[in-house]
Amino acid sequence: MRIRGVELAVGVFMLVGALSLAVLAINVSGLGLSKQEGSYKVYALFENVGGLTARSKVSMSGVTIGQVGAIRIDPERLMAVVEIEMNGDVDYLTVDSSASILTAGLLGEKYIGITTGADDEVLTEGGYIEDTQSSLVLEELIGKFLFNKASE
Amino acid sequence: MQPVLDNIALFGRAGLDKVEAVGRSGMILINAIVARPDPVQSFPLLIRQLYSVGVLSMIIIIVSGLFIGMVLALQGYTILVDYGTEQAVGQMVALSLVRELAPVVAALLFAGRAGSALTAEIGLMKATEQLSSMEMIGVDPLRRIIAPRFWAGFISLPILTMIFSAVGVWGAMLVGVEWLGVYEGSFWANMQNSVDFFDDVVNGLIKAQVFGLVVTWVAVFQGYDALPTSEGISQATTKTVVYSSLAILGLDFIMTALMFGDF
Repeated sequence: MRIRGVELAVGVFMLVGALSLAVLAINVSGLGLSKQEGSYKVYALFENVGGLTARSKVSMSGVTIGQVGAIRIDPERLMAVVEIEMNGDVDYLTVDSSASILTAGLLGEKYIGITTGADDEVLTEGGYIEDTQSSLVLEELIGKFLFNKASE
Repeated sequence: MQPVLDNIALFGRAGLDKVEAVGRSGMILINAIVARPDPVQSFPLLIRQLYSVGVLSMIIIIVSGLFIGMVLALQGYTILVDYGTEQAVGQMVALSLVRELAPVVAALLFAGRAGSALTAEIGLMKATEQLSSMEMIGVDPLRRIIAPRFWAGFISLPILTMIFSAVGVWGAMLVGVEWLGVYEGSFWANMQNSVDFFDDVVNGLIKAQVFGLVVTWVAVFQGYDALPTSEGISQATTKTVVYSSLAILGLDFIMTALMFGDF
């Protein structure tokens, strides 16, 4: 009986450990149990992605609908190509949708905001979002402001 | 001239002793776990050691995890609220717990709670000649005594670290969300955006595994190598706590540099 109590306690110990790992995985690091099935990739060209990183959010009306995959330079057009992994159930983005790089809060992280257009055709795997707006770079903004002030 | 030479020789002998001790501890570890594994027979022994090393350490781990999470949330909140970013408190607490505090503090507590007990137990067995009696009747004390204790510590510490992190995050939520009124949605969302399972949680687990190896290794070696007197046992217990704490902190810096340093 004594041995059985010990075994029971060790079993509970192991279970609590596994449960904690699950909490850390799902609650704390937000690792989804069901991996997004059938996500598709679209691309967007930006002048400047300043601060956007892989795994940044892609959202529409504030709702997350995908995430940023890879970011690289297009060697021909010399612009940043952002690969966007859209969730599979997002099938309503028209080909004239626009993408802009936005900031969450004053100092928060960068994310991509999508606004749909009015076209009948929808974006599919490998499509390009043509209408893009780059990240706001504070230095450029201040520079413009000073330039305008000076020219007044 | 003679006293000077004597002193230099003494210095050399101390160095040789240290190197020899390291070699001996390696031999003990290898003899106990690698050379002659016997999983079937030693399983009940392992269960019993898991109980005394792991289960009985749970209380101290849960209580300190809870309070460290709560204190972190409170401290973080008072600073972050000045910048209006108090919802980042979840992110701050989760990252510091999962990456650093949980592995290190759990290992330090473990060294004090379980490592010292292992050393004292094995040292007393040696002092009362239980180990030599085992050898006399043909039972290998390394396999019977050292191996299950080593494995128990090695298995327990990562589990305890996970419990520490989870309880700490829960404590932070208690203080941050329930008491100070941080919005719950952004508390969790900020945390989930910034904590990566493989980069943060798994790296913390690797740290805990290394600390588990080091702490139990130091503990069983100091016990097995203790002078068989009451003074020897007390010295060995002190050495266990001191050496394993220093090893934890030093190794933590090296592993942090390797895992999170960008170079």
